[in-house]
Amino acid sequence: MNAPLLELKNIKKDFFGNQVLTDINLTLNEGEVLGLVGENGAGKSTLMKILFGMNVIRDTGGYGGDVLLNGQKVNFASPFDALAAGIGMVHQEFSLIPGFSATENILLNREPQKKSVVSEVFGQRLNTLDRSAMRKGASDAIEKMGVEIDGEMVINDMPVGHKQFTEIARELSKEQLKLLILDEPTAVLTEREAAALLDSIRGMSSRGIAVIFITHRLQEILNVCDKVVVMRDGEIVKDVAAQETNVTEITRWMVGRSVNAAAASHREPPESDTVMSIRRLWVDMPGETVRDVSLDVRRGEILGIGGLAGQGKLGIPNGVMGLYQAGGTVTFEGKEIPLNAPRKCLDSQLAFVSEDRRGVGLLLDESLEWNIAFPAMQIQDKFLKPLLGGLIKWRDEKAIADVTKRYIDELQIRCTSSRQKAKELSGGNQQKVCLAKAFALEPQFLFVSEPTRGIDVGAKALVLEALKKFNRESGVTIVMISSELEELRQICDRIAIVSGGRIAGILPATDSSEDFGALMVSQVV
Amino acid sequence: MSQNNKKETSAVRKVLGFLGANSVPVMFILICAVCIPISGFSPAYLLNEIVTRMGRNVFLILSLLIPIMAGMGVNFGMTLGAMAGEIALIFVTDWQIWGIPGVVLAMIISIPLSIALGLLCGKILNMAKGREMVTSYIISYFINGVYQLVVLYMMGSIIPIKHSTIRLPRGYGIRNTVSLLSMRQSIDNLLAIRVAGVKIPVLTFLIIALMCLVIVWFRRTKLGQDMRAVGQDMEVARDAGINVERTRIISIVISTVLAGFGMIIYLQNMGNMPTYSAHSQIGMFCIAALLVGGASVDRASIGNVFLGVILFHLMFIVAPSAGGKITGDTMIGEYFRVFVSYGVITVALVMYETKKRRAKASLGEQLRAAQQEGE
Ligand SMILES: Nc1ncnc2c1ncn2[C@@H]1O[C@H](COP(=O)(O)OP(=O)(O)OP(=O)(O)O)[C@@H](O)[C@H]1O
Ligand SMILES: [Mg+2]
Repeated sequence: MNAPLLELKNIKKDFFGNQVLTDINLTLNEGEVLGLVGENGAGKSTLMKILFGMNVIRDTGGYGGDVLLNGQKVNFASPFDALAAGIGMVHQEFSLIPGFSATENILLNREPQKKSVVSEVFGQRLNTLDRSAMRKGASDAIEKMGVEIDGEMVINDMPVGHKQFTEIARELSKEQLKLLILDEPTAVLTEREAAALLDSIRGMSSRGIAVIFITHRLQEILNVCDKVVVMRDGEIVKDVAAQETNVTEITRWMVGRSVNAAAASHREPPESDTVMSIRRLWVDMPGETVRDVSLDVRRGEILGIGGLAGQGKLGIPNGVMGLYQAGGTVTFEGKEIPLNAPRKCLDSQLAFVSEDRRGVGLLLDESLEWNIAFPAMQIQDKFLKPLLGGLIKWRDEKAIADVTKRYIDELQIRCTSSRQKAKELSGGNQQKVCLAKAFALEPQFLFVSEPTRGIDVGAKALVLEALKKFNRESGVTIVMISSELEELRQICDRIAIVSGGRIAGILPATDSSEDFGALMVSQVV
Repeated sequence: MSQNNKKETSAVRKVLGFLGANSVPVMFILICAVCIPISGFSPAYLLNEIVTRMGRNVFLILSLLIPIMAGMGVNFGMTLGAMAGEIALIFVTDWQIWGIPGVVLAMIISIPLSIALGLLCGKILNMAKGREMVTSYIISYFINGVYQLVVLYMMGSIIPIKHSTIRLPRGYGIRNTVSLLSMRQSIDNLLAIRVAGVKIPVLTFLIIALMCLVIVWFRRTKLGQDMRAVGQDMEVARDAGINVERTRIISIVISTVLAGFGMIIYLQNMGNMPTYSAHSQIGMFCIAALLVGGASVDRASIGNVFLGVILFHLMFIVAPSAGGKITGDTMIGEYFRVFVSYGVITVALVMYETKKRRAKASLGEQLRAAQQEGE
């Protein structure tokens, strides 16, 4: 009998005493698609890092148990060994050279080359690149994926979705590829792109490539996977064929209880004055251009901004908060706030939770405490004790620890202590830290962009509930941007739909999904 | 808005955009345009001077390009190569090897020295990623100290130097000026032709042209591609299996070796070598010239080198004389030289930042214009 392609036997991993994986057993055959699901911090990414031979694992004391490829025990000393053995991985974060074209990135450090006299003498690195072979190799890989992307386009100019596809094409271009690991690849994709990705996963599997697919969108798992593996607290709690199960069941296995989508509890929208008024806003954000937006936000409401990806909904908060070049007028509390000056916004009691948590959201090498309390300290002099009659300000360590602890509890951030470094948290928990940071600022007005990106089904309700509580109890006006309409409808009072860089319409959250759907495609460019 | 009008504004915008993007060279063209008539030099004289200085300087400045490609900024590592070239010249002069063979031998001797210094510099710069410009400046100071120790104390005492013409009267150490009469302009004069009274050092230009081709070719090699990747994102390059540290060191070594050659070409043209000061400002002048030519910290082309040499030196020739005519003080020229080079570097770096910001803003302008047109 043939040995399975991949076999994991009793895999164990702890990070300095914190047991993250216990006795993981798993098998995967050629061409099989395995869906890996689990709550934030369940250990999915960690397991994949072990499989891919990543340095973090070795630097933190290695792992226990055996990884078998085709029946042979392997122990990768680095990702390059894993690559050589036919394993490819697309990480949660992008790893692309910004100024290179898709082609150059796909074949990075594996470029086809031409020998010359000089290189015979001085070594291989003086071979010239074979540009036409590169183009061909890249376009073959892109074709295998079954998605149209322009091989000559520079990464910087690409929308996020295309970057993701470039990464996948890079893995596919590797001849020896037998197993592809995709860690939450659909989180940044539009619905149509995600569907295209699922198609290409099917294509890979028909060519005999096995795929491990991690996602928090459970329907995708059912659509494409042969089997589903559910992890909870570092253990595999279920390993079943995908046809034999459904979303509700998977959810229950994941969180250990049944989760009902928090019933949308609607209130009468507060009849109040306008707190922020946006007039003729344009924002130059690549892939999310805002062309002409005018919008009034009422005091104390939760306003949702929805729309298809790429239509400009993300551009609005990024423009108002000064992260991208913008024009037009924005008045807050009757005063005009200057655009293109992020600090001014923060000073005027505005806060923003960005969708780009790695870029602007988190200081990865700093502790949770520091991440949560630092902005408040920096901007509002919070958590500082005056000493010597105010001459020196001293950090109030206790207050910082207290506030961090409060948010760790409230948002159920999974960590070992409030001193743990942000980079040691799982993706979803990092997202929660970003929210806590904004809450600690106690702003009067909060923009949150894609607050549940990368958050598991169980914790989603929790995060939304926390936002709602923040709005109701502290009277904070919230503008929430999300690509998931259902999520907006759960907590918003009104929802504005952006299409083609303009507001296509604003409806009460209680209106039907059809009405919203019609608005979304009304002015698509 | 009428159709015509709109077209005009977009043309105007394009021109303004072009001027904005090339503000540094444009500024220097303007300065030169004003100073040339005031200075009163004849065109033939100016042309002659420019051709000479191109032959003298271009090779040196070309040595700056490779580290820029590898993301190490405009880099003073080349100063180390210049010192290696000088040491080689001292030996060759002492051994009394004349003419072209002397120049070639000096180049060969400079190679191991340049490589050693380049390795050292590259290793240190790998510990100071992101601060390469300042760090390399400090390294060049430090190595200058070592150079003085070697040339001023060790040569003639530990390292044999035969000829008393280049030794200090006290018996060891090298004189302040070493005459290179034996190889003066030996490259420049071979194959030189005169066109309308302008002497053209054909061989020098051929060497430069060859070097340009090599650089163009180098960009297309695997190593060149790796350098570009490392220059843009070290982490990603590392993840892809590129040896980042090694690649960066190689780029510095190439730069120092080329700078060694460049310095020898430079000095054979001058005909004598100020032993302790020849290299001290050469880095500054080369960097300034490159920036004047429109290069930036992360982007420089061969075109920038040539434009930079022409504009920077044209200004050096005409501005002091123009300044002297206006103020009546001839000493102003020397102040001017140093002041301007430091000034240029500062201004160019500041402009580079604003330019980056402006480039962002211009896309926004288009959006705003589109909004107006939509009305
Ligand atoms: N470098 C590290 N040092 C210490 N602990 C770590 C480190 N990396 C991960 N952990 C811990 O391991 C646990 C599992 O994290 P992992 O990233 O595998 O979760 P995940 O299942 O991928 O979650 P998510 O869905 O949020 O991405 C988390 O509790 C996390 O805090
Ligand atoms: Mg993860």
